[in-house]
Amino acid sequence: MRSEWNGFVGGKWESEVNVRDFIQKNYTPYDGDDSFLAGPTQNTKDLWKMVLDLQKKERENGGVLDMDTKVVSTITSHGPGYLDKSKETIVGFQTDKPFKRSLQPYGGIRMAEKACSDNGYEVDPEISEFFSTHRKTHNAGCFDAYNQEMRACRTSHIITGLPDAYGRGRIIGDYRRVALYGIDFLLEDKQAQKDSTGRVMTDDVIRLREELSEQMTALKMMKEMAASYGCDISKPATNVQEAIQATYFGYLCAVKEQNGAAMSLGRTSTFIDCYAERDLKNGTFTEEQIQEFVDHFIMKLRCVKFARTPEYNQIFAGDPVWVTESIGGMGVDGRHMVTKMSFRYLHTLENLGAAPEPNLTVLWSTRLPQNFKKFCAKTSITTSSIQYENDDLMRPVHGDDYGIACCVSSMVIGKEMQFFGARANLAKCLLYALNGGIDEKTKKQVGPKYRPYDGDVLDYDKVMDLFIDMMEWQADVYVNTLNIIHYMHDKYCYERAEMALHDKDVKRYFATGIAGLSIVADSFSAMKYAKVECIRDEDGIITDFKITGDFPKYGNDDDRVDLIAKEVVHKFMTAVRRHHTYRNGIPTTSILTITSNVTYGKATGNTPDGRRAGQPFAPGANPMHGRDTHGAIASLSSVSKLPFNDAQDGISNTFTIIPAALGKEDQVFAGDIELDLNK
Amino acid sequence: MTKGRIHSLESFGTVDGPGTRYVVFVQGCPMRCLYCHNPDTWAMTGGEEMDPEYIIEQYLHNEPFYRNGGGLTVTGGEPLMQVDFLIDLFTLCKQHNIHTCIDSSGIAYRPENTDFIAKLDKLMPLTDLVMLDIKHIDPTLHKKITGQPNDGILAFAKYLSDKGVDIWIRHVIVPNLTDDDKYLYDLGYFIGGLKTLRALDALPYHTMGKPKYEKLGIEYPLGDTPPMDKKDLIAKKEVILNGIRDRRRDDGESEHEICKKA
Repeated sequence: MRSEWNGFVGGKWESEVNVRDFIQKNYTPYDGDDSFLAGPTQNTKDLWKMVLDLQKKERENGGVLDMDTKVVSTITSHGPGYLDKSKETIVGFQTDKPFKRSLQPYGGIRMAEKACSDNGYEVDPEISEFFSTHRKTHNAGCFDAYNQEMRACRTSHIITGLPDAYGRGRIIGDYRRVALYGIDFLLEDKQAQKDSTGRVMTDDVIRLREELSEQMTALKMMKEMAASYGCDISKPATNVQEAIQATYFGYLCAVKEQNGAAMSLGRTSTFIDCYAERDLKNGTFTEEQIQEFVDHFIMKLRCVKFARTPEYNQIFAGDPVWVTESIGGMGVDGRHMVTKMSFRYLHTLENLGAAPEPNLTVLWSTRLPQNFKKFCAKTSITTSSIQYENDDLMRPVHGDDYGIACCVSSMVIGKEMQFFGARANLAKCLLYALNGGIDEKTKKQVGPKYRPYDGDVLDYDKVMDLFIDMMEWQADVYVNTLNIIHYMHDKYCYERAEMALHDKDVKRYFATGIAGLSIVADSFSAMKYAKVECIRDEDGIITDFKITGDFPKYGNDDDRVDLIAKEVVHKFMTAVRRHHTYRNGIPTTSILTITSNVTYGKATGNTPDGRRAGQPFAPGANPMHGRDTHGAIASLSSVSKLPFNDAQDGISNTFTIIPAALGKEDQVFAGDIELDLNK
Repeated sequence: MTKGRIHSLESFGTVDGPGTRYVVFVQGCPMRCLYCHNPDTWAMTGGEEMDPEYIIEQYLHNEPFYRNGGGLTVTGGEPLMQVDFLIDLFTLCKQHNIHTCIDSSGIAYRPENTDFIAKLDKLMPLTDLVMLDIKHIDPTLHKKITGQPNDGILAFAKYLSDKGVDIWIRHVIVPNLTDDDKYLYDLGYFIGGLKTLRALDALPYHTMGKPKYEKLGIEYPLGDTPPMDKKDLIAKKEVILNGIRDRRRDDGESEHEICKKA
C-alpha cells in the first residue's frame, strides 16, 4: 500500500479509481449527538469578518465588486488569491482576488459582454473581436443550427430558460478523486482510457479521444494551479487538511472554467471523514483544527461568484451557484452514512451563520440515526438553511454514492452526468391546444396549425385529445432544440475539468422539465367537475374563461384531480421518450421551478383554472397558491402521487411554515409535568 | 353511524396534542369566549356533515405521517356537543389503532344528565387523551369571559381524573383578563389534585383571530388587547406550576398523615 494510505483498509480502490469502495471500507458511522462539535477559531472569525465586509461592499457597489474584463478564465489563467494568507487553512479563489468575477466567454460572448456592461464594465475589445470572429462560442453554434420553429418557441416561451446562451452546469466532477489518488494516478488512468478506445475512427471514437485529451490537459493544469498556491496534488492527500484542500482544488478548477447553471460539489463529507478519523486517532489534528478546516472550506464555497446578467438572475431568482453538497443517506448494506463530518458540515451554519450556499442537502431516510435527525431539525429551525431530499426514493435507483446537482437532480458521482434542459411550459401548451398553435399573447402561429377547439364550453375529453396532440409537438421541438444545445455545448464549451473526474463511459441523463403542472391539472379538473366556458377575442382566439361551480384542486389529497396531474406527467414523459436524444442520453424530466415560476407566469395568458394572465405559476410541483386548504400533509400527499419513474430528475415542493406551526417551544409547553415539578 | 357536523379538516396539526396529528374541527359551540380565535365554529348549524368512515379514510391515506407518536384530535367548536359522532369515530379509530384526543372546554358536562354521562362512560375508554381548556378558575370571571358557568367544567375534570383518562390542561393567558397571579395559582392548585394530569399547556393570547371577526361582521370583543408576551407567559406558567406543586405537596402530606394514623 502507498504510504499516504497507511491506516486505511485496502481493497479494489487501491488499483482502480473507485472512491465508493474506499468510503465503504473506511468510513465510521456516527450515532452520537452534536456535543463533540467545536466552535469557530479566532482565525475563522477574522476571515469570515473579511468576507462579510466584502459582501457589504459588493452590495453597496450594486451587486458586483470587481470583474475581470481582460483575462479569459482557465484553470491556470490567474495567480493565487487570498483573503489573509497567514490565516487561511484552505486556499484558492476563482481569480487572483476574492469577489472578482471571472470572464468566461465560451458559453457566449454577448452574454459575457452584457454581464459586464450591465454591471458597468466593458470586455476588452480584443477579446470581443476574438470570440466574434476567430473562435465560435456555444451560443453562436446553437443559433447556427436552430430552425425557424425553434426560434419562435424560444421567443414565445412555450419552451423556456434554455441553456443556449449560458453554461448548462449540472455536471458534478468526482472532486474526491483528486484527494484520494492525486493527479498523477488519474492521468495514468486517463491515458489508459485513451489507449483503450476503438481503433475504427467513427465520429464517436474521434470525439471521445479528443475529449480524453482535453481532460488530461485539464488534469495537468490542476496540478499547475495547485502548485501556484504551494500545494502538490500530484500525489494522494496525507491528512484531512490536504484531503479537503485537494477536493476543493478539483472543484475550483470547475468553477474557473464553467459558469454553469448549477455547479454542485457532490457528496464529500463522509469521504473526508475517513481522513479526519485517521488523523484524530493518530493525534495529527484536534477536533477544533478539523472544524477550522471545514469552516474555511465552506467559507471558500460561499465566495464562488459568476458574472451574470439581470435577465439570468430573473430566471434563476438571484445569483445562485448551487454548490449543492449531499450529506448523510443510507448505505446499500444497511449501515447509515452519517459521520461526524456530516455534523461538522452542518455546524458551519452555526459557526459562520446561516447562508444559502453551499446548498447543504440532507439525504433523508427514516432510518437515519435519531441524534442526527434531531441535530438537523435543530439546525433547520435556527438557520432555515438545510434542504432535504428523499434518500429512500433515490437510493434504489442510484445506490449510495450519488449526489444532487442543483436542487433535485440525482446522479452517481463520477459515473453519471446530466444534460440540463430547462423547461417546457405546459400551461401555455394547453392554450396552444385550444387555439390551434396560435400564441395567446402575440397572436402569432407558433405551434402547428392544428384544428382549434370549436365549442363554447370546454369538454374534458375533447380538450385532453387536443392537449395530448399539442404536447407531442411540444416534446418534439423541445427535445430537438436540446439536441442542438448539448451538441454545441460539448463542441464549444466542453467541461473538461469536471469530465476529467468522471469515468470514461459515462451514463448521460437527458434532462427535460415541465412548468405549470398544477395549472394544467386544475384546468382539467375545472372542465370535468365545474363548467368552463371559453371567451374569444375579436380574432376568434380563446383568451379568457368563465368558470361556473366548484371543482377539486390539486394539493388537497383528492384523487379526482391528483391523478390528472399524474397522468399528464406520464403522457409528457412518454412523448419525450419517443425521441432520439443526443449521445443516447437517457430521457428524464423534472418538475421543479424554483422561482422562475414568476417569469413563466408573465409569459402566459389566462388559463382555464381561473388563473389570470401574468400571475405566477406555482413553483415546481406545488399546488397553486392558496388552493391547498387541507393543510400541509394533504398538500404534500398530492405531490407524492406524482410518479418518480416519470420524473426521475426530481420533483420539488417549496414549503414554507412559520416555526410556531411546527409545534410548541419547550419553554412554553410544560409536557412531562412530573419531571418539571421536581425542580 | 352518526354523521358529524364538521367545520374543517387539517392534515398537519402540530399544536393540538402529541406528535403530528390529523385535526377534525367540529362545527358548533355554546361558549362565547372573548378571546376565541375560531368564531366561525360557533354556530350550531352550517359546516358540512361527514361520515366517520370518510374521516378515517382521509386519515389512513396519510397514516405514515401520524404513525410515530401522533394521531387524531377532535377540536372545534365543542366536540362533546356531538358525543354520538365521537363514539362512532373513536370506535373506528381504535379498530385502526389510532391515538385519540379530544380538545374540549368541558361545557357539555352536566352530572345530572344521566343520558349524557352514560354516553361519556362509553366514549372515555376509546379516548387516549383529553385536552381540557379551563378558561378561568373563578366562577364569576368565568361567566364574564365565556358567558357560561364553570362548575360543570371543574366537575368534568374530576370525572376524567376518576376515570383514569390522561389530561392536558390548557389555559389561555390574556393580558389584563386571565393573567392575575392569584387566580393562576388557584387554577394550579385545583389541577394539581387531578391524578391523571400529564401536561400543562399555557397558551399565549394572540390576535390572529381578528380578521375572522371582521369577515363575520362581529365586533372584536377584546379590542386592542395586545398579544401575550412570551417572557411574561413563561413567568405566568411558573405561577400555575407553583400551585400544582403546592397541591401535590399538601396531598402528599395528607396521605402521609393517613398512613401514620393507620
